[in-house]
Amino acid sequence: MDYIQLFWESLGTLTLNKTRTFLAILGIVIGIGSVIALVSLGQATQQSVSSQIESLGANLLTVEPGSTSENGVRGAAGGRTTLTLDDAKAIMSSSQVTTVSRVSPEVSRRTQVTTGGSNTNTQVVGVTPDYAIVHKVTVDSGNFITQRDVDEMAKVAVIGPQVVTDLYGDGADVLGKTLRINGQTLIVTGVTASKGGSGFMNQDDIIYVPLTTAQKVLFGQNYLSSIALEAKSADVMVDAQDQVGYLLLARHNLKDPTQADFSIMSQQDILNMASSTTGMFTSLLAGIAAISLLVGGIGIMNIMLVTVTERTREIGLRKALGAKKKTITTQFLTESIILTFTGGVIGAILGIAASFVISKLTSFPFIISLKAILLAFVVSGGIGIIFGWYPAQRASNLQPIEALRYE
Amino acid sequence: MKNNNAIIQVDHLSKIYKTEAVETTALSDISFQIDKGEFVAIMGPSGSGKSTLMHILGALDLPTTGTYILDGENVGKLNDDELADIRNRKIGFVFQAYNLLPRTTALKNVMLPMMYAGVSLEDRTVKAEKYLKMVGLGDRMGHTSNQLSGGQQQRVAIARALVMNPSILLADEPTGNIATIQAEEVMAIFQHLNGEGHTIVMITHEPDIAEHAKRIMYIRDGKIQKDGNSHKQRKARRFVS
Ligand SMILES: Nc1ncnc2c1ncn2[C@@H]1O[C@H](COP(=O)(O)OP(=O)(O)O)[C@@H](O)[C@H]1O
Ligand SMILES: [Mg+2]
Repeated sequence: MDYIQLFWESLGTLTLNKTRTFLAILGIVIGIGSVIALVSLGQATQQSVSSQIESLGANLLTVEPGSTSENGVRGAAGGRTTLTLDDAKAIMSSSQVTTVSRVSPEVSRRTQVTTGGSNTNTQVVGVTPDYAIVHKVTVDSGNFITQRDVDEMAKVAVIGPQVVTDLYGDGADVLGKTLRINGQTLIVTGVTASKGGSGFMNQDDIIYVPLTTAQKVLFGQNYLSSIALEAKSADVMVDAQDQVGYLLLARHNLKDPTQADFSIMSQQDILNMASSTTGMFTSLLAGIAAISLLVGGIGIMNIMLVTVTERTREIGLRKALGAKKKTITTQFLTESIILTFTGGVIGAILGIAASFVISKLTSFPFIISLKAILLAFVVSGGIGIIFGWYPAQRASNLQPIEALRYE
Repeated sequence: MKNNNAIIQVDHLSKIYKTEAVETTALSDISFQIDKGEFVAIMGPSGSGKSTLMHILGALDLPTTGTYILDGENVGKLNDDELADIRNRKIGFVFQAYNLLPRTTALKNVMLPMMYAGVSLEDRTVKAEKYLKMVGLGDRMGHTSNQLSGGQQQRVAIARALVMNPSILLADEPTGNIATIQAEEVMAIFQHLNGEGHTIVMITHEPDIAEHAKRIMYIRDGKIQKDGNSHKQRKARRFVS
């Protein structure tokens, strides 16, 4: 058999009816395209989540009100009022806690912030000076919240670069300018350096105010939203978690850890949770992509069966002229593989283009997964063989006289 | 009756079609022989069994009973792929409806049987060109089937039937679909080929066409009614070289 000749002949046949060929491979194009896009996107989210979480500080522990259920999903923390400033002070001063170097009590709320001309909805966080060290926040101009600000309940605010853009315009000189939160006027005393990030993780879209100001002046709440802790080293993270945990249990008059009305999570815990969520998301989407590939394969089988019926006379003629079963099988399999493989290539290109566009629209990195592309080619070729097999068998089993008689 | 020159040897051959309850005896216990170099026309009314005989002689179908020996090979005992091989090497078909591949050039059509025989691309091209010139289509080789007239298409089909240098040329109503002038040309080619030693078996219901053969066989109701030399073999009027 002359396979090169066969290949060109099949290609010629397929280009005769371009619309049909295009429609036939559409399912495969969509299927492979989404597989590539989804896998790339999944990897990109995972990478961006882990790099963002790492930028928040590796030795960071976060104490939050509310308990953690077994699967790591936290209940609604909004209404919890179990953490207080005294808890934070106790952690710092307790002789039982030997592995924690810094404590950052925090009160945080999303709220409306206005200036004379513009307004924005952003995260307002009440902090102490240690916040900057624990969370690796640096200041571009002015300075961060000082101990004096906290002690004097000063009406000052340190704002992120995104807030500058939203409220005053890109690159404006904002030191000394004012903004209003809950009817109170605050003076801007600093702008933090950009940390990047996007959406709910955006570290640039935050306003820092003194903890005391947040609690007493702005929000009128005594409890804390969270306490961030810096462990002395990465090696003592687990010890720190235990020491702080038992201290807080005792302070809250609770007997054992199952009753805890708070949770302590390390960055590693958050990272694990985030990647298991994105992993689940990715496999769900991959499942949908697999179904679209299956549907695409059935589409190919359908079009090939139509082709075999339409070309009954041609098949009969070829057999009359000496084509063996294997030759006819190969001819039709070649056609279906060319179809699915072309679909695979177009799909891969579209998938890569889609993930490029998504990476431009979001801050996710642009990742081309070579493994996914290779898999896409193997899968699309495989679909051609699997779904082309039955039509090809039908063709090769046609009896030449029946086929020649066919009108 | 038998001699060593036989290229087709049919003995007590019957073909019975079974469809649900009905059995149709299309051929009933026929025996005959065709020698190398003969030009035979098979005639008979519609439904007499001509096409059935043609299919069996062409190894497209198998007899129900009896034997058919083609060029020394017992065709009745072969499987599908072996039959395909026999058709490829020993039989050249010319069909009433030409049966060329659509949208394919004359050259490619003629090359097709050689592709199935595993002939190299170069040899395929050279041979296909040679036979197309022989049937007078040297200047139409790049034309696709739909760009050719009925007579021209039939000549492409004849070139295709000849390229494998078959033992017999089988033609089923080769002039049935084409104009008289062109039919005459096809007959001229057949007579020329026969003159060069090719064995030709041609089915037709037109006496005018049958008269171009050397021997005419009449069948009726699946039986041979008459078989003998054509006394006044007609010479085709035109000849394309
Ligand atoms: N595939 C078939 N199934 C059943 N009967 C058939 C089949 N082919 C031919 N016949 C019957 O066999 C007889 C001979 O048919 P055929 O060989 O086509 O005759 P002809 O070519 O001389 O017109 C007819 O009665 C026809 O109906
Ligand atoms: Mg007939």
